[in-house]
Amino acid sequence: MTIGSAARPLREAVTPHRAPAPLENVKFGFWLFLASECLFFASLVGTYLALHGRSLTGPFPQDVFNIPLTTVSSFVLLTSSLTMVLAVAAIQHGDVAAMKRWLAVTAFLGLVFLGFQAYEFTEFVHEGLTLRTNVFGASFYTLTGFHGAHVAIGVIWLVTLLLHALRGGITRDKATAVEVAGLYWHFVDVVWIVIFTVVYLLEFAR
Amino acid sequence: MAVGAEKLVGTLRKPREETGLWSWLTTVDHKRIGILYLATGFAFFLMGAVEALLIRLQLARPGGGVLSAQTYNQVLTMHGTTMIFLAAMPLIAGFFNYMMPILIGARDVAFPRMNALSYWLFLAGGIILNSSWFLGGAPAAGWFNYANLSGPQFSPGRGIDFYLLGLQVSGIGTLVSAINFIVTILNLRAPGMRLMDMPPFAWATLFTSAIILFALPPFTAGMILLMFDRWFGTGFFVPSAGGDVVLWQHLFWIFGHPEVYILALPAYGIISEVIPTFSRKPFFGYTSMVIALTAISGLSFLVWVHHMFTVGLGPWVNTLFAITTKAISVPTGILMFNWIATMWGGDLRFTTALHYAVGFLVVFTIGGLSGIVNATSALNPQLQDTYWVVGHFHYVAIGGVLFSLLAGLCYWWPKITGRLLDERLGRRSFWLVFIGFNLIFFPFHILGVLGMPRRIYTYAPELGLSVWNAVATAGAFVMGTGILLLAYNLVTSLVRGQPAGADPWDGRTLEWSIPSPPPVYNFARLPLVRGRDAFWLEKRSGGGTMQPAPEEEHGHAGGGHGKGGHGHAIHMPSPSYMPAVVALGLTVASYGGIFRSLLVALIGLAILAFGIFGWIFEDDSGYLLELEEDVA
Ligand code: HEM
Ligand SMILES: [Cu+2]
Repeated sequence: MTIGSAARPLREAVTPHRAPAPLENVKFGFWLFLASECLFFASLVGTYLALHGRSLTGPFPQDVFNIPLTTVSSFVLLTSSLTMVLAVAAIQHGDVAAMKRWLAVTAFLGLVFLGFQAYEFTEFVHEGLTLRTNVFGASFYTLTGFHGAHVAIGVIWLVTLLLHALRGGITRDKATAVEVAGLYWHFVDVVWIVIFTVVYLLEFAR
Repeated sequence: MAVGAEKLVGTLRKPREETGLWSWLTTVDHKRIGILYLATGFAFFLMGAVEALLIRLQLARPGGGVLSAQTYNQVLTMHGTTMIFLAAMPLIAGFFNYMMPILIGARDVAFPRMNALSYWLFLAGGIILNSSWFLGGAPAAGWFNYANLSGPQFSPGRGIDFYLLGLQVSGIGTLVSAINFIVTILNLRAPGMRLMDMPPFAWATLFTSAIILFALPPFTAGMILLMFDRWFGTGFFVPSAGGDVVLWQHLFWIFGHPEVYILALPAYGIISEVIPTFSRKPFFGYTSMVIALTAISGLSFLVWVHHMFTVGLGPWVNTLFAITTKAISVPTGILMFNWIATMWGGDLRFTTALHYAVGFLVVFTIGGLSGIVNATSALNPQLQDTYWVVGHFHYVAIGGVLFSLLAGLCYWWPKITGRLLDERLGRRSFWLVFIGFNLIFFPFHILGVLGMPRRIYTYAPELGLSVWNAVATAGAFVMGTGILLLAYNLVTSLVRGQPAGADPWDGRTLEWSIPSPPPVYNFARLPLVRGRDAFWLEKRSGGGTMQPAPEEEHGHAGGGHGKGGHGHAIHMPSPSYMPAVVALGLTVASYGGIFRSLLVALIGLAILAFGIFGWIFEDDSGYLLELEEDVA
């Protein structure tokens, strides 16, 4: 019978301390969550593309899309990523006042984006496009609606952080809380860039 | 009223009981959560088994009259759904929860409360699904729930709604626990443990969790689309509206095939712990095992179309996916060689656990071979949807999953309970399970070749299917007897089993270096790991026991960390009601969805919000547990 590993020498140089984790637990876990969110949105985008051009009745994308309007709202959302970066940078430097300001601006821009989306949806409904009109309506509202819901959750999250900060609950050593919210916010923005390109812009390039 | 609410939060906030029902409701200890998963999973397994017996009774004779056609469809659907989502996965999660943190020398998982949440969501999903029997009828569209059979037109009742909401609720829990395990494994290993020192079971946990992370979202998306079809009249899966039924199949099987490996990899992991221990040899070909697991995890996402060979995607697509499917058998074969080579020349001890492990090797090989036949896209149209396929996947599902889970149960039972099982009784029940199993499922292959379709609730006597069906049903009773004998063994062991001691099997890995059952904090001092098979190494060429790692100065290590200095205190996470409250909120909201009641849904969401904000503002940093000075 072999003794196996007993024949191997014990490893000499053992790092006695736990090597510091390259990514804090919370941030790491959140990255993983976002990875799975990517697949969720990919499935909805895939559904949109798979059903593209299969609608039997109108309105069709070309009939309703208002590219200039959506460009403006996309710009607003992208700007909010910038202000979010500024909020995170502020808390990392311990500047709570600046962080509060930028959080407020970010949440506000998120609300403006949602306002645009609400306006867009009502316009589309007026033109006769609902969830049940055709598969374009179904997959369009589902995809952009889920994105909008994510923005809304993000706004609630930012406002909660802001309230917490106003009561003095967020200091430099709580920066991770803001960073994680930032990750989420950027993720939602990136998803929008994909949606804007694939759903809106490519419609006119086809 | 505000004062009342505050008081309520106050009492809820500080659960302190250490025993009794409340302590189980609020526990965040990975071991207790593991036990909850194991017990609940076993209960659901028994329900699934009863459903299987009903199926077999109905099919025992031609023209059977035990179940009506509609009831048969419901029983069949609930059998598959229960076995996969409510029995196999939770039992696996039970082992992950209980054992994996100890195997890597951690005090707890990275997010103990999230871990509790995972369990409560699984339980909620199970309750939602099974309540369908009493609240309007169980789903009847198969565990794959194909659209548009499951759409509003062909499944107008509420059954499918129970399926959709039950699986989404438990799915959130599964996703959360996958994240939890990945972070735990990568961030919380004991000092000195490199990735390539991890026990195989930890590797299996890591890869399984990664597969869950990427496979579950497409299924969730599919279920949401189907929900919209049913609630709002969208036409995603309604061809007459321009929708596409094959889209459901893609979204389902992109999840459904990796699901097979979500079940199989943990099985591989358990077998890879049991075989070396009872062969008294280190695992043969460790590096190739890691590579094989990586390859299987990657390939598992590239084969889903083999469930759709007969859909008509064309010969090129079918050929491509036939090739990727067969490619998976290469890394699986490597693992087989690893296990056999580990036993080769080993000092084998034929415990019950090793019986199940070897039973696994035999049965899983047969299942793999019949799978190769399925994967031949030219043969598939002949075998698709016959009992051949049912035989194949039960050889894999029971051979792979159930046998290895039982191997793990017999192996780790002494660690979990501190008591030994009766080995003689254990071996007897093994033989009953093994023989019964083959009696049931081997004839399925023959029935399949004879042309018996699956999902039929009866058949005519002149088809020549009667004999093998009768054999299969008799086998089901033999296997059932074996399972009951096992249950008897477990119960008597709890009552009057021999005390096990810390290391009954002369084990290799860290769990055997701590008392049985382990204390709440697992390791009084975190062990210093000096190589693979850490405990075995210390027993053979070290001091015989694990050396404690130098205490850490700071750094929050999830479940807790030692405080530096003389007074030895361990940081523990506090128990909490909030995970259960969050799960309750989602459950109530789901019933609101199922019964189309906005009011109930809003009440559920209110409870949910209360749970989430309570969780956030509870913000409890845990407590310190003082230990006697000299424990090591
Ligand atoms: C305990 C003994 C078991 C017996 C006797 C049994 C028997 C059966 C039978 C007769 C069918 C019907 C096949 C058909 O008509 O299509 C079936 C279906 C199925 N079984 Fe089992 N089974 C057992 C355990 C399991 C386990 C452990 C799993 C999974 C881990 C499982 C998963 C399934 C699935 C997924 C289906 C397909 C259900 C569907 O078509 O919706 N079974 N089983
Ligand atoms: Cu498959």
